[in-house]
Amino acid sequence: MHNASKHLLFILAPLVVVFALLPGVYQNHLLLFNFVIFLILAQGVNIIYGFTGYLPFGYVGFFGAGAYGFAIMVMHLHTPAPFAVLVGGGVAILLGLLLTPLLRLSGAYFAIANLAASLAVLHFVANPALEGITKGPYGVSLTGTFNPTHAYYAAVVVMALTVGAVVYLKNSPFGLALQAVREDAVSASMAGVNIIKMRVIAWLASALVAGLAGGIYAWYVSVFYPDNVFSGEFSIFAIVFALFGGVATITGPIVGVLILYGIYNLIGFTTPQYFQLIYGLLIMGLVLFLPAGLVSLATRRGWHVP
Amino acid sequence: MSPEKTSILDVSKLVKRFGGFHALDGLSFHVVPGEILGLVGPNGSGKTTAINVISGLYAPDGGEVVFDGASAGGVASHKLVHRGINRTFQVPKPFLSLTVRENIQVALAYGGATGAPSIAELLEEYRLKEVADRPAADLNSAQQKMLDLTRALATRPRLLLLDELAAGLNPAELDWIAGRIKALAATGMAIIVVEHLMGFIEQITDRVIVLNAGKEIFEGTLATAVREPQVIEVFLGGEHAH
Repeated sequence: MHNASKHLLFILAPLVVVFALLPGVYQNHLLLFNFVIFLILAQGVNIIYGFTGYLPFGYVGFFGAGAYGFAIMVMHLHTPAPFAVLVGGGVAILLGLLLTPLLRLSGAYFAIANLAASLAVLHFVANPALEGITKGPYGVSLTGTFNPTHAYYAAVVVMALTVGAVVYLKNSPFGLALQAVREDAVSASMAGVNIIKMRVIAWLASALVAGLAGGIYAWYVSVFYPDNVFSGEFSIFAIVFALFGGVATITGPIVGVLILYGIYNLIGFTTPQYFQLIYGLLIMGLVLFLPAGLVSLATRRGWHVP
Repeated sequence: MSPEKTSILDVSKLVKRFGGFHALDGLSFHVVPGEILGLVGPNGSGKTTAINVISGLYAPDGGEVVFDGASAGGVASHKLVHRGINRTFQVPKPFLSLTVRENIQVALAYGGATGAPSIAELLEEYRLKEVADRPAADLNSAQQKMLDLTRALATRPRLLLLDELAAGLNPAELDWIAGRIKALAATGMAIIVVEHLMGFIEQITDRVIVLNAGKEIFEGTLATAVREPQVIEVFLGGEHAH
């Protein structure tokens, strides 16, 4: 059996089945939904950071753009929710295209510029002058589309597609070429790789993923303010989860979300007073002892981690 | 036999400036298929700059690069790779976290070459078989140079630029790689070699061009070059000439 088929069968399929069935046995549906959203976002970060090397500190910009793309379609054009989600993804791609000049930067410069860009989008959307279109700072309240069950399953579908995309990257010359560009752009071009095209494709793919997630999030919550859907926490969490598990793998970001977001909620339920202390120590420990993520525990022993 | 008819690469009056510094100052030369041309000269004479311009890393500020009858100056590197130019780097630049095999796979998949050698052949011929599934970061510098070379060969170049491939190799490895380079040229590949090791240059080249300050000061065999006062002067300083 091909590696890609194995990855689809033993990683993607169980993940989808578990999250499709869990709402029937576990009552906290919002928590399940948030898990799925972070699985999508962590894999989106994996695409652009793990495979391409750009750390997207303003990743939430695409998420928020997707949420507002959804909201505007529903509020003004009364389109069905699934179509509005697709438009949300499209809006994120447009924002990604607008931001392609950022790809000329690297390292911390890219991260900071991307963060600034996401704040710019937030303030654009939240501008009272645009109240007629975005409702400005007063927030969005969507009526007629509220359907958490459908939104949840839409999220599971997008998660499946996103993980499927990462399976493709992990098993294709295309994914290998992206990693080559990340490792050494000059050598990659001397291997015949069009480095600009590769970077833009990865960037737009990760934008699309976050935009779809944002659209579905808007569908699920129905009522939100600009600060909610442009909250820096989405970027930070998605990045930390992906790094914690280990990027440029399929399983790393999944493991990262399940463990770290699991612990996050566990602490939140049991000992919220120690929340920041425990979480901070955990992340410091990761950076100090496992900079390549949890999967490196296995790869250091020479085991192959998909 | 006029060079215009048969040469695969024609460089004429090439100029490359960095600020006020003329790294290349009207350099002209040609290479024919199957030929091994040596580019020699003191540090800073423009050898690597010439290779960087021909391989598309720098756009020239003047002059022309014609590869296989079509202009190649200022064309993006990956397009030149597809047209049949490739190179190695003075300091090899493999994709460190990818395995040796994956390094070569990228070039095979994206090099756009038909009839390129297989991974197995390249691994075998360039002594990388044992390390095929190790990350490139684990290789020693000689192995990284060979990997750099296989990355280039996987795109099946018709013009290969070797930037100090021999530096750091031991005598046995030098003999072996000299044999490999000659075998490549025998297939019709044009090869330009930048090298400081004169013995190695003498062993493999048909012809050398001596550069100084971005200009050609001599063209011919190395044996003639070393008797040329102007060449001796730039290599050893004025008092040794005559």
